[in-house]
Amino acid sequence: MSYDATFRVWRGDATGGDLQTFTVEVNEGEVVLDVIHRLQASQAGDLAVRWNCKAGKCGSCSAEVNGRPRLLCMTRMSTFAETETVTITPLRAFPVIRDLVTDVSYNYVKAAQIPAFTPGPRDADGAHRMQQVDVERSQEFRKCIECWLCQDTCHVIRDHEENKAAFAGPRFLIRLAELDMHPLDVLDRREDAQDQFGLGYCNITKCCSEVCPEGIHLTDNGIIPLKERVADRRFDPLTWLGSRIGRRPRS
Amino acid sequence: MRTDRWWVQPLVTVLVLVAFIVYATIRAFQNAHYFAEPYISPFYSPCLTTACEGDTFPELFTGPTWISPALYILVFPLGIRLTCYYYRKAYYRSFWLSPPACAVAEPHRRYTGETRFPLVGQNVHRYFLYAALVINVILLYDAVLAFRDETGEWGHMGLGTLVLLVNAVLLALYSLSCHSCRHIVGGRLNHFSRHPLRYRFWTAVSRLNARHMQYAWASLFSVAFADFYVFLLATGTITDLRFF
Repeated sequence: MSYDATFRVWRGDATGGDLQTFTVEVNEGEVVLDVIHRLQASQAGDLAVRWNCKAGKCGSCSAEVNGRPRLLCMTRMSTFAETETVTITPLRAFPVIRDLVTDVSYNYVKAAQIPAFTPGPRDADGAHRMQQVDVERSQEFRKCIECWLCQDTCHVIRDHEENKAAFAGPRFLIRLAELDMHPLDVLDRREDAQDQFGLGYCNITKCCSEVCPEGIHLTDNGIIPLKERVADRRFDPLTWLGSRIGRRPRS
Repeated sequence: MRTDRWWVQPLVTVLVLVAFIVYATIRAFQNAHYFAEPYISPFYSPCLTTACEGDTFPELFTGPTWISPALYILVFPLGIRLTCYYYRKAYYRSFWLSPPACAVAEPHRRYTGETRFPLVGQNVHRYFLYAALVINVILLYDAVLAFRDETGEWGHMGLGTLVLLVNAVLLALYSLSCHSCRHIVGGRLNHFSRHPLRYRFWTAVSRLNARHMQYAWASLFSVAFADFYVFLLATGTITDLRFF
């Protein structure tokens, strides 16, 4: 079964642009990226769209579908009524390069600022050892494909460009949580999380968790535990006192 | 740009929370109709002043008569819900529109989140949890006392007993499923393997934590309903359905 769908696609560059309307054929089982490719092949040969794996694993084809941050390759056309107009726009939190392609270098700048994994001394035989039970909590965050949908939907930077300098975004807050929870990492990342990466800006409205295509519980399992760890150090006098007199080791 | 009805969820949240706040405020200041032997409203338990009706809790002091006994304790349930990680999401979205829904633009020109006063105070959530756990124990005690009849004899159970019991259990589940509770019982550790008992606690609380939102709403409704049920009994509007 195929039908003709109405697509509105944002076309333009850093200087400006607008939504252009197209009528495109849609076949059974297709995803939005398939339709964008058909549009590119048949009507708009110079349409810029970033894509790679078409399997929801590379994180390249992030865009906004009817205003919601989505992977184009993981958004089935069957989720829309045949009469519904599908609107595709670039990620709003990042500067447009051209059409649906945005400049996401902000994320790589933030990534580079995070101190790398820092293991303690090796065992006598030269190995690092850790128990599976100790490391599996932070393994959830390793599923991240860095599609930047969480960064795009986070209102702290989406609606407030001025916060980009002070706020690293949910993807990097869970990176900090992952490292802080890691059984071999010896750096205390709590001060940096609050002061340098803007953990306090997050008001845990959970949009990052809602849009994550990997189903990572960014807020419940990463950001809130990190906030609680910062509270241990900064805002809880009893825990602070306990750690000062050696009653609350972080192990 | 969103074309779905994103405004429904924040609207419903506002309506329900405002309705609860109005009801709870009226009842907290009413200072009457909160005790119907053997049931006490959860809004007034533990009733600490000598002016209290009933004898479910030791009366510790004589407060000014113009202060409702409910006000001495409601600050703690209010505090845990106000600083709760789930309710923060709910009211930041629905009341403060920050953001009203995912990928919907917020109306504020500046945003500093929880980096400064007063919102940095949300970090005291764990202290309200400690207080809430004490109140949970007291409400469970009230539910146990509700197995006595009007004359103090054990072996009674009415619909009110069930209402108080369900409410006490739901409030306890809400407290135990709290993110701070999850952190305190084991989340702060990096080596679960060295603390097997705390790991088991953390695993159990994590399971509850996945339903924290459901417990938050269920316990909000149950506490209001339990109070309303006692109000109806105390005013003589209904009589308690007695099971045995």
